[in-house]
Amino acid sequence: MVSERSEGGEAVIKATEMDPKFKYEISKIPGAEKIMLCFQCGTCTADCPIARFSDAYRPRRILRMVQLGLKSRVLSSDVLWLCAACFTCVDRCPQDVEIAGVLRTLRNLAVKEGFMPAVYRELATSVLETGLAYKIPASRLRKRVEAGLPPLPKADVKSINKLAEVTGFSKIIQARRT
Amino acid sequence: MAVRYALFLGCIIPNRYPSIELATRNVAQALGMELVDMKGASCCPAPGVFKSFDKFTWLTIAARNLCIAEGLGCDIVTLCNGCYSSLKEANIILKEDATLQDKVNGILRDFNKKFYGKVEVRHFIEVVQREVGIDNLRRFVKRPLRLNVAVHYGCHLLKPKRHREVKSVERPTFLDELVEALGAKSISYRDKMMCCGAGGGVRASNPDVALDMTKEKLKNIKDAGADCVISPCAFCHLQFDRGQVEAGLQLNVPILHYVQSLGLALGLEPEKLGLYSHAISVEPILKKLAY
Repeated sequence: MVSERSEGGEAVIKATEMDPKFKYEISKIPGAEKIMLCFQCGTCTADCPIARFSDAYRPRRILRMVQLGLKSRVLSSDVLWLCAACFTCVDRCPQDVEIAGVLRTLRNLAVKEGFMPAVYRELATSVLETGLAYKIPASRLRKRVEAGLPPLPKADVKSINKLAEVTGFSKIIQARRT
Repeated sequence: MAVRYALFLGCIIPNRYPSIELATRNVAQALGMELVDMKGASCCPAPGVFKSFDKFTWLTIAARNLCIAEGLGCDIVTLCNGCYSSLKEANIILKEDATLQDKVNGILRDFNKKFYGKVEVRHFIEVVQREVGIDNLRRFVKRPLRLNVAVHYGCHLLKPKRHREVKSVERPTFLDELVEALGAKSISYRDKMMCCGAGGGVRASNPDVALDMTKEKLKNIKDAGADCVISPCAFCHLQFDRGQVEAGLQLNVPILHYVQSLGLALGLEPEKLGLYSHAISVEPILKKLAY
């Protein structure tokens, strides 16, 4: 087991790395309002099924990093993308912190900074191109008709694309650092 | 029952498991339930990916799907916990937050759509509970499912709990009851309420971690002596079924979507339930049921 200290960059934290406003910015975003209430009991990490199978993912640690204002360390970290959104931590947090909501908020901010796993970008791009998260091979579409299913209702790709442009989503997935 | 629902297929079912759609259409017919296709619908969109990227875009695309059902004048039925969670949460947010609703409608106006908040988002499991009811369901059973079943709820059928009506997220019983109403026995197994591993986009971003979790669950299920897993979610179904191949497991635990198990109990032929297109063969179950 890797100690919590060895993950997420240097163990020594420099004061210049800390952004004291970060926690306040985060706590204004729906889902992450209660970040300041975390008193580091570790119930989230202890109960997290992902933490059982990945040495890298420790939700308590991520929350503490946010409280300390280690903004760039947190947002550039791959571990943000390990949350399965199973909500076990949310159900069990004695302080009622919506930890999965904090993770989702951090992912949104990470994406704005250009950090996103390439595979997520592919899925998002596929939705813009086909309306669905996967590009369904023509052979599978033929098979469904052979099995007696009606043709698959067509997604309105044009609308989805225009919509993604208006909300700025198309730009977001093009800006890419990782 | 003379009820009408807008069938939301999502992405995994058309891409990997049209078998689940086939089963749903045939089961719906057997129960006297009308399913209406949602023309122009898109990905729900995938909560792990889209909500992680940009919550507002997620909300707007989901709202667009909800508007299609509003246009059809019926509630939505989903067969995937992911689609259920995504559409249900978006529906709740939009109904509760007038400012956001206005903002979303400002964008939807360009597409000749407007969110009114007129429909509900239901999981197929809820539809069976509400429209058939557990006692009535027993009366529909023609071929009791004499199997030992590992019931897997899937996280998003139950959570986030502030958006659900279930009494317990730690020890729920409603799905076990719906499975037992078909004549099966729901057996207990270690870490029953654990995630399948796929959620939140982890299947895509960290497949090794996702598969380690799947392996652990399936081992526990095998150790408990289950004949199969019954799950109400297309994504958990995919993770358990294809995951066994992807992880090179030799466990051979067959997976049924709840709608397929219901179809078997109703006496529908396996061909009508798409039971021959799973990665892990369901033959052992069919044999036990004397098909």
